[in-house]
Order: sequence, then C-alpha cells, then structure tokens
Amino acid sequence: MKHTLAVLVENRSGVLSRVAGLFSRRGYNIDSLAVGVTEDPDVSRMTIVVHGDDSVLEQVKKQLNKLVEVIKVSDLASEDTVGRELALFKVAADENSRAEIMQITDIFRARIVDVGPKSVVVEVTGDEDKILAIETLLQKFGIKEMVRTGKIAISRGSKKV
Amino acid sequence: MTTGSTEKVNGARALIKCLEMEGVDTLFGYPGGQIIPFYDELYDSDLRHILVRHEQAAAHAADGYARATGKTGVCVSTSGPGATNLVTGIATAYMDSVPMVALTGQVPSSMIGNDAFQEADIKGITQPITKHNYLVQDANELPRVMKEAFHIASTGRPGPVLVDLPKDIQISEIDFSYPDKVELRGYKPTYKGNLQQVKRAAEEIAKASRPIIYAGGGVITSNAAAELVRFAETIMAPVTTTLTGIGAIPTEHPLNLGMLGMHGTKYANYAIQESDLLIAVGARFDDRVTGKLESFAPNARVIHIDIDPAEISKNVPVNIPIVGDAKHILKALTKYVKCCNSELWLAKIIEWKTEYPLRYRKESDVIKPQFVVEQISEVCKDAIVVTEVGQHQMWAAQYFKFSEPRTFLTSGGLGTMGYGYPAAIGAKVGRPDKLVVDISGDGSFQMNSQELATAVQNDIPVIAVILNNGYLGMVRQWQELFFDRRYSCTDISGSVDFVKLAEAYGALGLRAEKPSEVRPAIEEAVKSGRPAVVDVIIECEANVSPMVPAGAAINEILDLED
Repeated sequence: MKHTLAVLVENRSGVLSRVAGLFSRRGYNIDSLAVGVTEDPDVSRMTIVVHGDDSVLEQVKKQLNKLVEVIKVSDLASEDTVGRELALFKVAADENSRAEIMQITDIFRARIVDVGPKSVVVEVTGDEDKILAIETLLQKFGIKEMVRTGKIAISRGSKKV
Repeated sequence: MTTGSTEKVNGARALIKCLEMEGVDTLFGYPGGQIIPFYDELYDSDLRHILVRHEQAAAHAADGYARATGKTGVCVSTSGPGATNLVTGIATAYMDSVPMVALTGQVPSSMIGNDAFQEADIKGITQPITKHNYLVQDANELPRVMKEAFHIASTGRPGPVLVDLPKDIQISEIDFSYPDKVELRGYKPTYKGNLQQVKRAAEEIAKASRPIIYAGGGVITSNAAAELVRFAETIMAPVTTTLTGIGAIPTEHPLNLGMLGMHGTKYANYAIQESDLLIAVGARFDDRVTGKLESFAPNARVIHIDIDPAEISKNVPVNIPIVGDAKHILKALTKYVKCCNSELWLAKIIEWKTEYPLRYRKESDVIKPQFVVEQISEVCKDAIVVTEVGQHQMWAAQYFKFSEPRTFLTSGGLGTMGYGYPAAIGAKVGRPDKLVVDISGDGSFQMNSQELATAVQNDIPVIAVILNNGYLGMVRQWQELFFDRRYSCTDISGSVDFVKLAEAYGALGLRAEKPSEVRPAIEEAVKSGRPAVVDVIIECEANVSPMVPAGAAINEILDLED
C-alpha cells in the first residue's frame, strides 16, 4: 500500500540526511522524496511516498516525529489530495518520427521544450499513472534519458497540513 | 529570551558558562588538538574534570554518573579519533535512554570537508545513535545550542546529544547571554497521560484476574519506583522487571518476580505466559525479553505506558496505550484502581516460586559465580552495582539483592563489554556516599582496564570483582549448548595476572581461589577504601541458568542446573 506523507521540517542543513538516514536505518522503503521551501522560509516541506502496511506506516510516522527538526507529519489520503510529478524525457526523433511524438505530447498535454536534429525533450506534468502512460508510448521511439522530480502533493480545499 | 546582561567572552569561555548555568559539576574527558581552547578555559573554572585514559571511558563514565544520579552526564573529547572513540559510549547511552551531552572538538570551520588532520564527520557518524546532534557553525549560536542540547538530552525519553565544536568557534568572541527557555517547535514531549486512557486502563485492571506488571528502565528514569510499588500493592499484581528495570522494586518484595526473558526466572516467564493482563511500564518489548514474539503473553490484553509514542505497538500490539511519564501516569492510575481479584493468581505464583526457584549446585571445592554475587550482596548491602556484559552480568542481575533504584547500572540495549569499570568510576564520582562495585568478567574487564589509572590518579575507590573463568563465558556457553562444544576463540585463559595488573596501577589487588577466600577478599577491598580489584577464580564452565534458547517462547525455559 502506497502512502503520501507531507513532512514539515526546519529549513536547515542536515535535515534531509536525518530523514533519509532514518528510512535506510529502519528498513523503510522510499518510493520518492521531493523537498523544497514553503511559504515560511524557515520551513521546508518534504513529500515522501512510502509503501508498507499500516503498522509500518505508523512506525514511519512516529519515528519521523521523533526527529527534533521534524515539525509535523501528515498522511495525505489520495482522494483528498492533488498529487503531481514532473518528468523530462529525451526521446530519439528524426523527421519521420517527430510528428508522431508531437501528437502524443499533445494528447497528454505535455510540451516539447527542446528540439535537436536527433532528439526532442518532452516535459510532462501529472500523476504517476499519466507519466507511466506517456513513458510507455515514448518507449518505441527510444528514450535516451529520463528524469523525474518525485511526487509533490497538497490537500484539496482550504484545509492546511 | 535571555537572562541577565550580556558580556563579551570567547566561545570556550561561553561553553564553560553554559555548563555552569546547567548545573554541571563534573566532566569526563580527554584533551586533544582541536579542543585545547576549551581545556584552556577549563583550567580557570571550578568544574571538576576527570581525565580518563581512553575517550570511550569518558562516555561510559558520564553514562554511569547520569544513571547513578539522574543528572545529565557530560563527556568531552577532541576531534577525529577522540570523537570516534566516544561512539560506543554514546551508542550505549542511546540504547538505554541515558541523558548525556558529548562535546567534541572539530577542525576549524574553514577546513571542514578537506580531510584535515584529525577530521571526522562526527555529526554524520553519530546521527543514528544520538537523540539529536549539532555542528556549531556560528559562535553566537553556542548559548542556544547548549541550552537545547541539555534540554533535549534530559527531557522526554532521555538520550545523548552531541555538540561538535570547530576550533575557530571556541576562540571567537561573542556577546554571551544564556537563554531562559528553549523554543523547539518540533520537540514537545508528552508527560501527562490522557485521562480517558487512564480510566480505560483502570477498567481493564478491574476485569483482570491474572494481571502482571512488566517494568522497564523507564520506571527508573522517571524516578517512579515508589509509584510503581504503590500501584502494584494497590492492585495486588506481581511485578517482573527487565534488566534495566532492576531496582524499580526491591528484590525481596513479595510481589517481585525478578527479571523476565532469556535469563529471567522461570516463575516470571510462566506468569507472563499465563497472564490475562500485561501492564508494561517504561519497557520496550525487547527480543531478549519476549523470546518468540508470536507466543509472548498469548492470553493477555496489553496496557502500555511509555513516554515514547514510537514504542507503542512497535513489537507487540497494544490494546490500551498511555503515552506519558511513568511517574505521572502510575500516580493517576493508582487513584482509579482497586485491588483486583488476584488471590488465586498470587497463590499460583507462590507455587511456581517454590517449585522453580533460581538455583545452583553448591560445591565446597570450586567457587560458584552465583555464590560470589551472593557474598558481594551480603558484604556490600545497598551498594551501586555496575556490570560489564556477559555471564557475570546475568548472575549479578539474578543473585544480588537490590533495595532501591539507580543501584544497578548495566548496558542493557547495546550490551557493551567494557562498560562497567568506567561507568563505576562515573557512578562513584556522582555518588561518593555509596559503595560502588563493578561485577566484571575477565573478558570484559580487559576492554577498559586502563581506567585503573583514572581511578587511582583521581582517588576514586571503586571495587572491581572479576568473575574469572578464563573464557569469554557467554559465548562459550552458547558454543557448548548450540555449537557442539566447539570453543572457537573463546579461551582467554592466561591472559593477565589481574592482581599484578592492579598493583602496577597502584590499586589494591586481591585474589580468591577457594570459596572460603571470597568473602574475606571482598571485605578487605571494601575496608581498604582504595581502588581495588578482586580476582575470583570461578568454576570455568559454569552456565547462566535458566535459559530460553534464542527464538523460543519464554516458557520453553531450560534449567541448566538439572
């Protein structure tokens, strides 16, 4: 079972290492981790996607809360959450295939952000399924490189974490 | 927010002032290149500094001081190897939740990351074994960091905090003022238990007919021993303690079942397995306690009182968790409970106690280790007993008669050989009024025997009684029982003459080779008032009994004295 955790932490050096160290030390699996500063410059927000059963998740949350520099841990339920990820694909492309790639890009509301003689770079934003879907379609052209941000997520409505 | 006026001082002087503001009276440490500015300021201060002979001992001594007094222990070392030598001591304190602040020198800020001479990333190294740690990057942060370090180390579930101090930070000038309070938005321990949960627990206790209290080191840490005994007497439930919980209830108390688990008493383990309600207080369901997890206390509902929410349902599912300080919660709970209907249960327990007592075969020609502990217990009543790790540790736990908390100091979680002697030094420094005895083994003692010099130089009259069997006895016992008596690398006979070793350091050295010599030797050591080593030549293949084989249920307990 996958869970998305929003973790507010002190914006200080070394905090990411503490969180990452905690996961590896206790054998929890991180699917992705994204971090950036929040509306409060003293606070950073990590979005951590983790999988495990309920008891593992409970331990993950409690252990995170034990870190002095962790301010708050929230488990974002998928139905109430907007989750997004950004991916960039460098895809092999020549005159013959470029049009088809552009078509696929359009369908996914993705963008071509660089065009070279033998490749294009496709930028796509969306949830995991969407990124997986476009990846699958682009594979037949040859994906030379791919980079993903990891998921970031925010709750719907006016509620704050 | 700060107290008083500010004054201009250098970082090292600021550190001394912080320590004074925190009420620290003693440091355990060892100087070196990157901590010289601090030691220079220490030279003019009233703080007592105990110079050890190896930094590991500084950490253990600070730990022993903390466990014996309840105050935060402080150790100091230089950068690089000095700091890495503290690591085992810090990890030991972390596993047993001991309040400690470790101060380490560091290469100057401008050189960090350049693999400078004696540079080690001690903040990175100690991240998983400290409650929190700091690398001070601006001297102006020193007062706040020190205030936070002592606060974090000593509150909630206590633990070690390390503060790494680059040399330039120690010499730069700051306007010193000490903050009144800490502001840590991510750290707010819960002390008072939730009243609804307390009431639910009381209801559960009223329904139980076979309740048992399982008390851990948290009871000692929280200074809740008196509250524990009152609670147990109110509900008339038997109490079993973990290794670190020893002393929470007097050994001779009629409700005390002694230790549970791998080398616990048979009756404690049977009682756990038959109980219908397990009340865990300040304990963490360690594998040495539970044995096979799935068969631990199979018929019991579980109430778990602990200050650390992460311990709730970590190993064993809990029915009623109460997060908070054991002392507060036991007091509150005692108000709501009545004596439950435990007469038949207590009768059953007396039956087990009579049928399966702790026992050993007494012999007149060889010295039995259990006999030695009994003799120490009689001669050194109410002493603080410190141990190393191994067979002697279990015999001490089983056969010494304790009457109060903070008198049994042992490395429970990490199981650190070499802990005992330096920790005994720390305990004696913290409690000079108490007799302090390190019950040791010939293997463990050699891991920090250089500290005899510390005891002699500082005139710290600690007694070490070495149960000398010429083996790394606990490993040998496992090899005997589970590895077909193949004693691979556990024979250490002929390693050193401990009497001469003691004498070489200027301590008193005594030896007992016959049972009749044991008591006089211990008495002479006590009477001498000097650091003393009593080398007791015990039966070399004596085993710790009873014993639950690793991975078995705790009622599958073998009596090796049969």
